[in-house]
Amino acid sequence: MTIKRGGEGWSAWSIMAPALLLILVFIAAPFVLAIALSFTDQRLVPNPRLATRFVCLLNYERIVGDNGFLQAFKNTALFAVAVTPLQSGIALAMAMLVNARLPARNVLRGVYFLPTVVPMVVVSIAWACLFRLDGFFNQLLSFVTFGAAGPVDWLQNESTALPSIIALSAWQGFGFQMVIYLAGLQSINPELYEAARIEGAGRWGEFRHITMPGLRNTHIFVLVTTTIAAFKLFTQVHVLTQGGPRGSTNTVTRYLYEIGFSRGRVGQAAAVAVVFFIVVFAVSMAQRLLLKEDREGRS
Amino acid sequence: MKTTTEKTLLAAIAIVMLLAVLGPLWLLIASSLKSDENQIMLDFGSLRAFWVALSGISLANYREVIGDPHAPVLLFLRNSFAVITGIVFFGVFVNSLCAYALARLKFRGRGAILAVTVSLIIIPAEALAVPLLLLVNRLDLLDTLTVQIIPFIAHPFSIYLFYQFFAKLPRELDEAALVEGASPLQIYWKVIMPLSLPTVSTVAILQSLEYWNSYLWPLMATRDTGVRPVALALASFFSTPPPIWGNLMAFSVIISLPILVIYLAFQRWFIQSVVGSAVKG
Repeated sequence: MTIKRGGEGWSAWSIMAPALLLILVFIAAPFVLAIALSFTDQRLVPNPRLATRFVCLLNYERIVGDNGFLQAFKNTALFAVAVTPLQSGIALAMAMLVNARLPARNVLRGVYFLPTVVPMVVVSIAWACLFRLDGFFNQLLSFVTFGAAGPVDWLQNESTALPSIIALSAWQGFGFQMVIYLAGLQSINPELYEAARIEGAGRWGEFRHITMPGLRNTHIFVLVTTTIAAFKLFTQVHVLTQGGPRGSTNTVTRYLYEIGFSRGRVGQAAAVAVVFFIVVFAVSMAQRLLLKEDREGRS
Repeated sequence: MKTTTEKTLLAAIAIVMLLAVLGPLWLLIASSLKSDENQIMLDFGSLRAFWVALSGISLANYREVIGDPHAPVLLFLRNSFAVITGIVFFGVFVNSLCAYALARLKFRGRGAILAVTVSLIIIPAEALAVPLLLLVNRLDLLDTLTVQIIPFIAHPFSIYLFYQFFAKLPRELDEAALVEGASPLQIYWKVIMPLSLPTVSTVAILQSLEYWNSYLWPLMATRDTGVRPVALALASFFSTPPPIWGNLMAFSVIISLPILVIYLAFQRWFIQSVVGSAVKG
């Protein structure tokens, strides 16, 4: 038996070898490298006459002192704070709608999920047409206000650019969360609803006291994934506004791209990456704690 | 159970949402079928943006886009197909093999490897992009299809999805095969994998969705249009002024079609995959 187990150990490691090797080279090494480089003045195209030096916390001081970074961080946080309730609100409403016994509910579910599979660049271009100065949204705006509200240059205006990005992102992403909420709704014990009905609870009471608490873990999951997704926000911003006007739609990932790739300051980009890791780590720690508290609270 | 007012209200909301979801997609399709560029721009400001008269349907934009030597859409499609096939094909084997060892074999260090793999799930590829670029530059991989495939084959979340599924399969399956003298690899291939096709499809679908969209990494790691993927090609077509809307729309429809067709054919599996992706935590 001992011989057998030894043999299993050997074959286990050789079976895992391809995955472990790839993870080591393409995930673990860049991760360690990001942390290490954040303390150096490494450039993308190194100057052969100047060796890369250890610069202590200089990169961190630079990004904290850079208004561009602070603005990108603020925009990213704002995006997360605005898009989460908007997108998950729509997602939950549509999940409940699809969960209700409507005719053609499977067709509805299929169509609502559709934007999720459309490539983000394609979504951006379609919405770019809608946002045009002579586009549909401005015509609609002038129609409902009887011409009182003038045309808005949605993507070129500092106060409307980020909300426009938020709107199209929510449109693209809500189907994904709808499906997750749908699974959450279907896992709630239907007897709870029957009991509530016997006690005379209305629709609102049912929603507040059964549906919402029953979806607690789903809410936490959606909140965490949306926050992390906000920090990854890049494509639609890069395609539609290039972070503008005047940095009002710049995001952490776009800042990272700009500083590390366009300007070649790898050390500084690595410091941004480390901040990114810390945020993601903190968010998933918060998720663990909330879920644990829930388990203890129930038992 | 529900009153008529309630039902009408629900149906109204359902229809409004339906229009909101389909509107931008109709705009794409309708504009792609209009040959007159000025007409397209005029229509943007009205409901005609979402409509094309049957008599006005023209495939001229599609012919132009496919024949355009500066933006060879078919080449970009080939690139994206090659990248996704590479990632999904190698990814399914590499990740499921690793998960098989973690879930079904006994060896020292199993717990540690599993814990490390799970904790790697949250590391965002976006934050790794710049150091990864330095790394692949050293390996002389820039400007290739390979550089878009190899870094993404091993995928901790896919390993975790496979692990969860494998761990639930009954032990008796392996034991029966062991008695017959099968090796771990034979058990993996003949017993475990044939039972795991739903998880294989979940992993394949989630990976395809992610990499059909890939943008930031190819933007940094490729310069040559000959290896660039569809999303990036469309974005650079869009950012080259002046925009030719008819062609842009035809391009958009062409690159969305493959994934839409697959979605419509395997809709139920797509939705199950999304639910499967949420079971972590």
